[in-house]
Amino acid sequence: MKYTPNPPAVVEEMLRSMGLNSLDELFLDVPSPLKLNGNLDLPDGLGEMEVKNHLRSLANLNVNVDDYPCFLGAGAYDHYIPVAIDQLLLRSEFYTTYTPYQAEISQGILQAIFEYQTLICQLTGMEVANASLYDAASALAEATILAAVQTKRKKILLPDNIHPEYRQVLETYAISGTFEVVILPTKDGIISSNDLTSNLDNNVAALVIQQPNFYGVLEEVAEAEKLIHENKSLLIMAVDPISLGILKSPGELGADIVIGEGQALGNPLSFGGPYLGFFATKQKLLRKMPGRIVGQALDKDGNRAFVLTLQAREQHIRREKATSNICSNQALNALAATMYLTAVGPTGLKNVAIRSHQLAVYAQQELAKLGFKLKYKQAFFQEFVIEVTNPHLINERLLENGIIGGYPLTDGLMLAFTEKRSKAEIDKLVAVIGGN
Amino acid sequence: MNTPDDLFYTQNHEWIKVEDDKAYLGITDYAQYNLGDIVFVELPELDIQVEMEEAIAVVESVKAVSSIYAPISGTILEVNEELEDAPELLNEDPYENHIAIISLDDDSELDELMSATDYDAYCAKLDKE
Amino acid sequence: MGKLIFEKQVKGSNHFSLPKENLDVDIKIPEDLIRTEDLGLPELSEVEMVRHFTDLSHKAYGVDDGIYPLGSCTMKYNPKINEWAARLSGFSALHPYQAEETVQGALKLMYELDEMLCEICGMDNFSLQPAAGAHGELAGVMMIKAYHNKRQDFKRTKMMVPDSAHGTNPATANVVGYDVVEIKSNDLGLVDIDDLQAKMNDEIAGLMLTNPNTLGLFEEDIQEIADIVHTGGGLLYYDGANLNPIMGICRPGDMGFDVVHLNLHKTFSTPHGGGGPGSGAVGVKKHLAEFLPVPVVAYDEGTYCFNYDLPYSIGKVKSFYGNFGVFLKAYTYIKSLGRLGIIEAAQQAVLNANYLRHHLRENYYIPYDRLCKHEFVATAKYQMDANNVTTLDIAKRLIDYGYHPPTVYFPLIVKEAMMFEPVETESKARLDDLLAVLNTIAKEAEDNPELVKNAPYTATRRIDEVTAARKPIVKWEEG
Repeated sequence: MKYTPNPPAVVEEMLRSMGLNSLDELFLDVPSPLKLNGNLDLPDGLGEMEVKNHLRSLANLNVNVDDYPCFLGAGAYDHYIPVAIDQLLLRSEFYTTYTPYQAEISQGILQAIFEYQTLICQLTGMEVANASLYDAASALAEATILAAVQTKRKKILLPDNIHPEYRQVLETYAISGTFEVVILPTKDGIISSNDLTSNLDNNVAALVIQQPNFYGVLEEVAEAEKLIHENKSLLIMAVDPISLGILKSPGELGADIVIGEGQALGNPLSFGGPYLGFFATKQKLLRKMPGRIVGQALDKDGNRAFVLTLQAREQHIRREKATSNICSNQALNALAATMYLTAVGPTGLKNVAIRSHQLAVYAQQELAKLGFKLKYKQAFFQEFVIEVTNPHLINERLLENGIIGGYPLTDGLMLAFTEKRSKAEIDKLVAVIGGN
Repeated sequence: MNTPDDLFYTQNHEWIKVEDDKAYLGITDYAQYNLGDIVFVELPELDIQVEMEEAIAVVESVKAVSSIYAPISGTILEVNEELEDAPELLNEDPYENHIAIISLDDDSELDELMSATDYDAYCAKLDKE
Repeated sequence: MGKLIFEKQVKGSNHFSLPKENLDVDIKIPEDLIRTEDLGLPELSEVEMVRHFTDLSHKAYGVDDGIYPLGSCTMKYNPKINEWAARLSGFSALHPYQAEETVQGALKLMYELDEMLCEICGMDNFSLQPAAGAHGELAGVMMIKAYHNKRQDFKRTKMMVPDSAHGTNPATANVVGYDVVEIKSNDLGLVDIDDLQAKMNDEIAGLMLTNPNTLGLFEEDIQEIADIVHTGGGLLYYDGANLNPIMGICRPGDMGFDVVHLNLHKTFSTPHGGGGPGSGAVGVKKHLAEFLPVPVVAYDEGTYCFNYDLPYSIGKVKSFYGNFGVFLKAYTYIKSLGRLGIIEAAQQAVLNANYLRHHLRENYYIPYDRLCKHEFVATAKYQMDANNVTTLDIAKRLIDYGYHPPTVYFPLIVKEAMMFEPVETESKARLDDLLAVLNTIAKEAEDNPELVKNAPYTATRRIDEVTAARKPIVKWEEG
C-alpha cells in the first residue's frame, strides 16, 4: 500500500517541467559512496487487508484488560472511558493538525488547550497550568529543574516511597548537573517529620510528595509543608487526578508545583503510552514554567481569541539559554482529558473516586477476613499492598483464572481498584488469592 | 536612532548614565527597536554584588529574548519595579526608563565602554552585516 | 469566537452514571484530607459536550483538510489503517506492567520495529522510549555524555551546533549541561568546514547535525565533517527531523553518525495531534548500545522480553516503554509501504519540493536556489523591498485562501524566511493550486499591499500577541 498520489506519467511531467529526465537527478547532491547499493533489507509492502490481518494476529497474542479484569495499577489505571471521547478524537481536524503556531487557523485547538489548562487548575487548586508534558515522570523532572532554577539551590529531597520509575527518570535527568537527588527514607510507608528535618539545609530546592504515594497510601502533607516552606524550599506534589475528586487539592495543601499522570483522564492504558503529564504552579512561577502555554487575547476586531503565549521561555527562541527543550507535548491526550472531565462532570468525577476507593476498601476487608495483612497500615485511596511471600505465584494463579493480578513487590502484592471492577470480580480475586 | 551624548554604551546594547558614585543602567534605542514589543523584564536581584559583563537581567519580546549584562562591577542599589507591570516603557523611551541602578565602584571600568559616536558607528556596522 | 465550555454549563444536565451495585462500605479517608473546595468542572449533557468539541474541530485545520506545507514538520497524510490498528483492544487495553508472557505480540512489534528502523538508518540498536523528537535528542545527547564520562573524558564540556539548527538542538545541549559552540554556515547554506575545523578540540563532546539541513540542502561534505569530529574525539549526532527525503537512498549510519533520533510523527506518518503525542525513537551504533535507556526489547529462545541489565544505561527518560500507541502506527506504516514504498516516498517528497521551488521562483526570492531535498526556503524579500509586505502578512493571507501557511521566520539565518515542505502525499494538482494562490498573493502585495498586511479576513482576525504576553490570561475565570 502506498500513499503517493502522483502516477508515473505525472511524475514525468513534473520532472520535464524542471528540465530533468529522471528521479535520480534529484539526488545528485548525495555523494555516490553514500548511496545505497540496492534496496533496504525490508519486507515487501502489504496491502490493507494483509496489514489488517497481520496487526490483528499480533494483537491477539496479547492478553488484554477488556477481556480479563485487571487489578494492576502502579501509575497506570484501568478507569472507564466514555464512548463519546474516542469518537470525537477521531475528528481528523484534531488529530491530523500540527502545533497551533498559526493561531488564526487553529482557534479550536487553542481554545481546547485553554480549557484544559483551566480544568487542571480547578482540579489541582493551582493558579496556572501548561498545555501538558510527556508523562508524570518527565513532568517531575521538569518540576525539579524549575525548583532548582527558581531557588538557586540543588538538592531535591525524594522520599523512597515515590514511584520507582519517577525516581529513575529523575536520576537520569540529573546527569545535567542542574540538581541532585537525595533519597529521603520513609517510615512505615510514609514521610516522617524527623527524617525530613534532619535532611533540611540551605541547599534544599524542593521536597517531592506523591499523593497517594507509590504504595497507594495517603500522606499527611501539612507538617511536611510547614517544614519545607520554613526552609525556603518548594513543595512539589505528584498527584493522581482521579483521587482529586475526593481528596484535598494540592493547592489547598500549599504545594508550589503540582504534576501528575493524566492517563486516567480518558486515555487508554495502551501498554504505557501515550499518556500526559500535567503541570501546574503558583502564578509567580508562570514565566519559568516549561512547555507550551495558551493565553487569551483579542483579535483585530476586538473579539476574544487564543494564542500560544510566553514563547520567549521556549527552546525555539531561547535556544542555548532554555532550561527545557520540550516542544511537542501530548496535545491529543490533553484533549482527551478535557473531554473526559467534561463528560463525567463534577459529580461524576467524585463518584468515580469514591467507587474506586470503596471497592478497594471492600477488597481489603475481604482479604483481611482470610488473614491477609496490609503492609502499610495507613489510609489508602484505591490501591494497597498485602503481605505475601509469593506474589509471582499468586499472579500466575490469577492469570490461570482469567484475572490480571497485582504489582509484585519483594514481600507483597499491590492491588489497584477502579470503578470498572465489580463485587463479583473482587470476590473471585479474593478467593483465588486465598487459594480456592 | 537616538543615541544621547552623555551616556556610555556596551557592545551588548546597554547604556549607563553616571551620577556621582552610582550608574543608571538601561537598554539602547537600537536594542528596543530590534527586540520589538517588549513583553517582560526580569529585573536584577537587589543588593547583590555583580561583576562587569555578568548576566543580571533578561528582557523578553514576543520574538526574542536577550540577557542584560552589567556594564560595570558594583552593587545593585535599586531596580525599576515599574517595568514589572509596564515593560512597554522600554519601547516608549529607553533612555528615560532605566532597569537598575548600580554602584560605581571602579571609575576605570568606564574606559572600556563606548561613547555615543563609537556606539553609532558600531550599530551601523552591525546593520551592514 | 464561541463560548468556552465553562460558559455553556447547565447545572444538573450531566447524566454520567456508574453501576448501581451497592457496596455497603464506608469511606476510609481521614477527614482532614477530604476535599472541601468545589471541583469547578463544567456540567453539560452528552449532546452539548459532543457539539462543543465538534464546533472546536471546525475551527482547526488538519492534513485531511488540505495541503499543509509546514517546513521541518513533514505534514504527510496519516493513513487511516494506523488509527484502526492503535485501537485494537489487543494493543490499547494492555497494562504496561502485565507479565511478559501476556504481551508477546506487543513485544514482538517493538522488536521488529527496532530492527526495521536500524535497517532504514544504518544503525545497530534502537530505543523507542523517548516521547517526542526533543525527548529523543535529550536521550541521545545524554548517551554522548555517558560515553565520554565512562572514558573519564570529563573535559569535553561543549557541544557544537550549526547556526541554522532548530532551537531544540542548543536547548537540548544546555539541558544536558553542555555549553554550546555555534558553527557558521557558508555561502552555500552548508556547514562551514573551516569554522568546524577551527572549533573542534578536546573540549568538544560532539556535533549535532541535521542532514538534509534546515534549508533543505544535503550536506555534501558530510564524510569530511564526520572525519573532523571523530578525529577530534567527538561524536556525531543526527537530528532525524529531516530523514524523510533520504529514506532508502542513503543512511545516517553510513554517513558516520553515532546517534540518531527520529520523529516517527514526521517521517513515519503518525499524526501530530495538535502538538503531540509524538515518538522520538533513538538509535545508536554498537559502541553506544550499552548506554541506551532501559529496558530494551530482547528475543531469546522464541520469547520476547525486556532487558534491564545494561549497567551503563543512562537510565529511563520516561515511564514504561515509550508512546506505544504512536510507534505501533509507525510500524503499521513501514509494513504497508515496504522496501519499495519507502524509497518512492522519499523520491516523491524531493520531487514535490523541487517542483514547488522551481515554479515559485518567479515571484518569490529563493536565497539558496539549487537542488533541494524535502523542503526549501523562500522569502518575502521582493515584497518587503517593494511594499513592506512581510512573510507574516503572506502567511496570514494564505489562510484566507484556505491554506495552512508554511513555517515562517525559520531558520534564523534567513531574513523573512518561509520554509515550504510539500511532502510526497500531495498531488501535482494540489501543488499547482498552491502555486497559483501564492502568485495571486504576490500580485496582491504589489497592487494592494494593505489588503495583504491586514489579512486574514475569513478566519479569526490577526491576534494581539503582545498584550497576551504582557498581561497573560492563561485560564478562564468566572465573572
